[in-house]
Parts: sequence; C-alpha cells; structure tokens
Amino acid sequence: MTAHPTSPYFKENAHEALKDEQLQMALSNVRQGFIDKRAAVAAKLPEFEALRDSARDIKNHTLANLDLYLEKWENKVHDAGGHVHWARTAEEARQAIVDICRKAGAKTVTKGKSMISEEINLNAAIEAAGMTPVETDLGEYIIQLRNEAPSHIIAPAVHLNATQVESDFRRVHTHLDPNRDLSEPVQLLTEARQVLREKFLAADVGITGANFLIAETGTSVIVTNEGNGDLTQILPKIHIVIASIEKLVPTLDDVSQILRVLARSATGQEMSVYTTFSTGPRRPGDVDGPEEYHVVVLDNGRSAMLGTSFQDMLRCIRCGACMNHCPVYHAVGGHAYGWVYPGPMGAVLSPSLIGVDKAGHLPNASTFCGRCESVCPVRIPLPKMMRHWREQEFERHLTPATVRSGLGVWAFFAKRPTLYRFASNLGMKALAFFGRDKGKFTSLPFAGGWTDYRDFPAPQGGTFQDQWKARKGAKS
Amino acid sequence: MSAREEIFGAVRRSLGVTGQEQPRREAVNERIAKAPRGIVPERGQLSGEALLALFEEQAKATLATIDRVKDRAAVPDAIADFLRRTNLPARLRMGADPRLGEMPWDKTALEVSHGKSDGGDLVAVNHAFAGVAETGTLILTSGPDNPTTLNFLPDYAIVIVDAKDVRGSYEDVWQRIRDRDGKGHMPRTVNWITGPSRSGDIEQKLLLGAHGPRSVHIVLVGE
Amino acid sequence: MAAPNSSRPPRVALFATCLVDLMRPSIGMATAKLLEDAGCVVEVPSQTCCGQPAFNSGDRDTARALAEQMIAAFEGYDYIVAPSGSCAGQVRKHYPELFKHDPNLARRADALAEKTYELTSFLVDVLGVRKVAASVAGTATYHDSCSGLRELSVKKQPRLLLQSVDGLSLTEMNENEVCCGFGGTFAVKYGEISDSIVTKKAENIEAAEPDMLLAGDLGCLMNMAGKLSRMGSTIEVRHVAEVLAGMTDLPPIGAPSGQEKAR
Repeated sequence: MTAHPTSPYFKENAHEALKDEQLQMALSNVRQGFIDKRAAVAAKLPEFEALRDSARDIKNHTLANLDLYLEKWENKVHDAGGHVHWARTAEEARQAIVDICRKAGAKTVTKGKSMISEEINLNAAIEAAGMTPVETDLGEYIIQLRNEAPSHIIAPAVHLNATQVESDFRRVHTHLDPNRDLSEPVQLLTEARQVLREKFLAADVGITGANFLIAETGTSVIVTNEGNGDLTQILPKIHIVIASIEKLVPTLDDVSQILRVLARSATGQEMSVYTTFSTGPRRPGDVDGPEEYHVVVLDNGRSAMLGTSFQDMLRCIRCGACMNHCPVYHAVGGHAYGWVYPGPMGAVLSPSLIGVDKAGHLPNASTFCGRCESVCPVRIPLPKMMRHWREQEFERHLTPATVRSGLGVWAFFAKRPTLYRFASNLGMKALAFFGRDKGKFTSLPFAGGWTDYRDFPAPQGGTFQDQWKARKGAKS
Repeated sequence: MSAREEIFGAVRRSLGVTGQEQPRREAVNERIAKAPRGIVPERGQLSGEALLALFEEQAKATLATIDRVKDRAAVPDAIADFLRRTNLPARLRMGADPRLGEMPWDKTALEVSHGKSDGGDLVAVNHAFAGVAETGTLILTSGPDNPTTLNFLPDYAIVIVDAKDVRGSYEDVWQRIRDRDGKGHMPRTVNWITGPSRSGDIEQKLLLGAHGPRSVHIVLVGE
Repeated sequence: MAAPNSSRPPRVALFATCLVDLMRPSIGMATAKLLEDAGCVVEVPSQTCCGQPAFNSGDRDTARALAEQMIAAFEGYDYIVAPSGSCAGQVRKHYPELFKHDPNLARRADALAEKTYELTSFLVDVLGVRKVAASVAGTATYHDSCSGLRELSVKKQPRLLLQSVDGLSLTEMNENEVCCGFGGTFAVKYGEISDSIVTKKAENIEAAEPDMLLAGDLGCLMNMAGKLSRMGSTIEVRHVAEVLAGMTDLPPIGAPSGQEKAR
C-alpha cells in the first residue's frame, strides 16, 4: 500500500524501473495491447469523436453545477432507502467505513476495485480495526498478496508476469495441493476464482467504488469485466460505495453517452462485460441483494480544484488511456510515479492531492508529446495542465536551481537579438571547430543527461542568420 | 460545521456560487426532467430484422452464444439441446418470472429449481428485460422474478430475451424503464451484461470466467 | 488571414528557429529555397527564439517577453513559415493563450498565430504545391514529430512531397507517431527515461531498414541521430526540407564535416 508517496524520488524510482528486465517485458504488453484495440474499436464507431465531445460537455456542465447535482443525488439516495456519508478527508472516509463495518460486526470485508480506496489507504484501516479486507478483482487480489500498490488504474498487476503470480499463489494458498499444475494463466485464474468464491460467500460487508453517481435516480454505477464487483455488492448484508464528489452525472442518458467512450478508451471493448446500476438496498419481495446501501462521498482536495486551472482534471473518468499511450509510462511503469495515480492523469492529479512539493517531478517528467490528450475520452488538456504545475513550481521557486539558472542565461541572450546573433555565431563556430572531425560530441559538460546515452551532433558552424546575410550581400 | 455543510460550502466557494441562483437551479431541474438524449450512434437506430441481426452479431462478438426460437413454447427444448451440446447436466435454476413459468419445462427432461443462487448452481436461466443491439448487451432488472445472484454465481448463464424487447440503444431501454417504474425511479439493480465474465489481469491475456459465468448463452424468442 | 494580393507574390518571413539557426543553417537555406521555388518572396527578420523552452519550463514571464519580441518582428508579413512543427505550434497554439488576458496583445498574437505555418503544411495546404524538383536516391523513413502531428495535423504533407522526389522511396517504420523522447529540456533533465524512449525509436527505425531517417523538427532529429550514432548505425539523418530541396551534399546530422558522403 502506498501510504507514503515516493513521488519525490521519481528519478530514483525510474532508474530502478528501467533496470528491471521483468518489468520492461511486462510494459511491452501495455505498449502493444491497449493501443491497437482502442484504435480498432474507435474506428468502428463513426460517432466516436462526437461522443467524446458529448462526454466532455456533460462533465463540464455537471462540474459547473456540482453543488446542485450533489443535492439532487443525495435526495434520491435517501428516497431509495440508502445512506449518504460525507467525508472531507481520507481520514473521515476511512472512519465512516470502519464504523459501518464495526456496527455490522464484520469479520470479512470483500472489495471491488476502487482507486479511491487506494487513495485513502482503506485496507490498512480495515485491518487496523481487526477485520480482513479481501480484494476480489484478480489484479488487485494479486497485488494485495504481494503488499504492493496498483501500477495501473485499470490493470493493477500489469507490471507482473504469470510466474510471479504463480509463486505468490503457492506462497499464500497453502491449503491447496503443493504439486498442482499452475503453469498456464487459466489455471491461475481458476484457482483465484475458487479461493475468492469462498470469500464472497463469507463476506459480511462488500465495498465497491463507483464509476458514476446519477443525480436523476440516486444510482451508483460500477463497470467491470470479471463480475467481482457484483458478487461483492449482492452477497453481503451491507454494500458500501466509496466515491469522490466529481463522479456525478445528471441523468441515465448522460451516463450512457460517457459509457460509450469509457470501455472503448480503456480496454478497447465496445462495452465492458458488466455495467451495474445500483439504487438503494433490497426491496420488498427481493430474494437477494444487500439489506443496507451506504455511499461514502469523498472530497479530499477536489472542491479546491474547482474554479482553478485544474478543474478540467475533474472530468477524468479513470479509463487509463492516457497512461496506455504515454511513452514515459511505457518506459518506467506505474510504481515509479510513487503514488496511487500514475501516468499523465496522475502527473496532473497527484500534485493537487498530495502537494506539488511532493509530486513536483511528475508534471515535469513529460515530453509534452500530446498523445494522452489526443486519446482522452473527455478531452482533458493534460499537457497544458502539467505546464500549469510547472508554472506554479517556477513561481514558488521549486524548479531546480540548475534548470533555473540555465534558463536564465539563455533568456538573457534570447531577449537581446543583436548580442544573441554575435555571441551565437562565435559560439557555434567554436563548437563546430571542436566537433568537426567526428561530427558529434560523445560527452559535453553540463549535458551529461544527454551525452551519457547518446551523441550530441556537432553544429555545422556559423549561424543561419549570418549565412543569410552573407547570401543577400553576395546577391545585391 | 458538519462535513456535509463544509463540502457544499467549499464547492460553492470554488465555483463562486451560492446555490440559490435561479437560472442554475432551473438548468439543473430541466436537465433532470427532460433527460435530453445525446448522440445515439446510427447503428443504434435500426429496426425490424436488421435490428435483431445486429443484436445477434454484436452478442457473438462479445463471445456470447445465441439461439433463435420462434416462440416461448420452444424455449425449453432449445435449452435442453444447448445443455446436451455443451455436455452439461440437465439441471436449471431460475426465478419466479411468469414468462418463464409459462414455458413447458415439464415436456423436457430438465430438472428445474427456483429461487436465488447460493453458489451451488452450475446453470441458471434468467429472463432479460431488454436487449441492446448496439453492443449485443443484455439488460436485466433485479427482483424475485429474476434474482441478481443468478446472473453472477453459476458457471453458465442462460438469458432469454424477447425479440420485441430488443432495442437499438441504451436510451431506448431507459425510456422503457421510466415508463415501467416512473421517471426518477429505478429497480434496485439494473445489470447490463455484455458477454461472459473475463479478465486480462495476467499478462494481458484474455481469459473467460473470472468470477462470473464463463459462458453466456442467449435465447432470442420470436421475430 | 492576411490573404496575399494575387497580383504580387506572398511575402514570407522565414522563422528558422533557434536550433536551426545555431546548429544546422542548411535547413534554413533549404527552407528558403523551397519557399522561393514556390514563388514566395522570402525574408529573414532578426530573430532569436519563440520562447517555447521558457513556456514549457513554467517561466511565463520570459515566454511572454520573447513572444512579444517575436510578434513585433514578424507581424508585418503575409506568412510566417518555420521548418519545425514544434516552434510553429508554439506560435499557432500557445501564443494566443499566453496573451488571452491582454486584449491588445491578444489580438496581435491571434493574428500572428493565424498566418504561421510549419513548412510542409504551408507548401501543400496553403500554396497547393504537389511536387518538388529534387532528386535523391535511396529509401527514407519519416518520423512524425509530436507537435507537428498533434497540434498542426502535419502527417500527409511531408509524405506527399517526398513521394515527388526523384529516386526516393518511402518506407514506414512501426510506431511512427510515437514520441522520440526528446521533449526539449526533458532529454537532459530525465536523460535516462529519454534514452529508453529513443532506444525503442531507434530500434523501430533500424527495423524499417531505410537509408535515411527524415523528420520535420531538428530537436527530434538530433536526439534520434545521437542515439543511432551511439548505437553504431549507418542510417543518415536529415531534415525533410534538405531532401525536398535536393540539398543532400552536406554531411548528415551528426556526421563528420569534410568527409564526403558515401553515395
């Protein structure tokens, strides 16, 4: 679990990740799988781009009226017999959930995949209260066994290979035949299915996240492929939903617009296998379903993002397309980012939630290639927002001194064209002189970040402006 | 101040609003009342045989299997046949849906039991509320007629859907739910099911039957 | 748009970009040749930098100061053309944002943005050029630099023109739209990550087995050339303008001067 962010050590984390051959193999799966599938499924739906606009507009409208939609939604939850718990902070959310579990005398608590649960470090709180939290999404279950954080928001165990999972299962599932065959991934899946089936049936409380909360009906929505979220919420007596305030959407029609872009952007499916709309607890006559339905609504810094240059980030529907398409994520994986949210969305969101002093590397560790924005289903301008963070860092003097002074020297010349032309012409002639034999430099002072890994091409010598002037002189 | 009041206060401060603005309230009320449709893809606007053909095609693309029968009376035989083909025991669990009750189960050798699932059933039958052609999605609503547990606990899920209940788009089905339950009201659970359970969590390899049914078999009834 | 009067040729200000100005003037010369061949009157106003490094480092004040300097130097022309998607993108997409709270400068920034183009897109989309008079033997692969591709939709234009080069055949590499890992100061600040990205890129380039790697941005080209060179590759790296202008007699990027090219 990532109770303490390691984001300040991003560079060190990245260094480790780049040396980790097993991780690099696993990351090549991300690079190949998700991207082609998304492209194919987007190409199959002529309205896809228009639906992205629609999804963006719905989220913008909802955020601009978030207070009113939250009220509407809350009333509807109450009407359906559900309970709403408001949590300003992670601590308040943990407390609310632990209290409900305690009151129910819970021993086993099953959980569907929830990034908010990771954000508030919920499992540790449940354990500290003497109960056993059981992650039921296959990927989350695997990383829970390893006491790791997810490395991807929709594919939490994407950094692992089957052999690692096999050894974890052998280590933990000691009640099973030690000589069983687990060489195929399907055997791992079957074993997890059996082990977790018992947990589902034994659970006293089930906790899920929510992809959306619907104001029109007081409904929470989860989207899964495995069906674990459903077994988590229909079998125990109590269903707790943990969701953050920006999950609101106005109507069933609105959520349908967004669902059309969610799975397509995430896994490249036209629709996820299970999309489940839950409204309140068991009704009279029902033979199954939870007897209590609670929603814990978390702020944890989000209200402060409204009305700022980071408001657009609250449109995020957690599809993971930005990290699936990010060259930096492909290089270092999710754990290097050091907190719950990796990739471009994490590079924008993490500084908002844990502070730019801690997460300052993340918005800087981007080439601004713009591929994230080009695939974001709600068109969040991710590079622009990373730039906003860089501006805040610059203003608060959090930018490294070397970068600052380098930039300062360069700006001094760039603001003085005459001096610039004179100095650059001389400088480039000198540099070209030193580099002329090889045509490149294999090391350069102050640019080790470049020449440690690649050569630096030597300049041709002289500047274009100087040559142009000479050409014009010759012509006239 | 309570957490609730503080969160609403913080949201309003950030947005620069009081919450009392009449135009904002009206805009929100109107959106919820009218629930405007957004963009419905062209392929979600088919009708007749083209609609059913798309439903079938899309359902197959999700790795579900599908049989078509001409009427309700033909369903038990079709299911018995499916179980034989799939080497499954002739045992079924189902809810109290009157449409299922009408079907001549006793003319087959199928052993039928009723009620929710406790996890011990291999095969269950539920009747869908609707089908959506756009993505081959089945839509089921909770209640004693079709218990939700039957959608998730058995290894094999058989779902019956009436051809007349197949719609082009999700929006068409929401409208039917509003007509049935009243605007703003929902069944406790609405399940959209698009193919059998799956996971890609181990090395991104697609594996069926993660926690829910490893097979979804659809019986499409009527024309 | 400052539509050029049909009775006179368009007056185009060549914005060489600071990298081309300093590192590889031949790209500027090639750009001027292509523009002149297409019937433009080319001028080179006194220039330094568009301010992108400052903008992307969070130093808005410097970015604005340099943008103002640039606006003043370039606003008097019919068009501004740069042999770079990145720098043209800075003017087209980001200048308006830099001044959106300053009505007077915003108007001037918007006007400049509207008439600023990346070279190949200017030739194809504005001037309607379909072929160039150049002859270069060999096989080339083209890397789509990020800003040109995603900010300015530069994708078909360079390929269209390259297809008209006598003797040249084009081959596409895998992942040609994936970033090369340059990212300006990123390449130095996060050198190790940048290296991982450019290594994958270099592998894709090698796998396509071209004689030449081309792109429209010198920063990306220096990054890829530096990596290919470190890996011992013999693939020549050039700016697309140099090939379109038939100016391949100079050594490719990162190759020794004075040494005649092999071909």
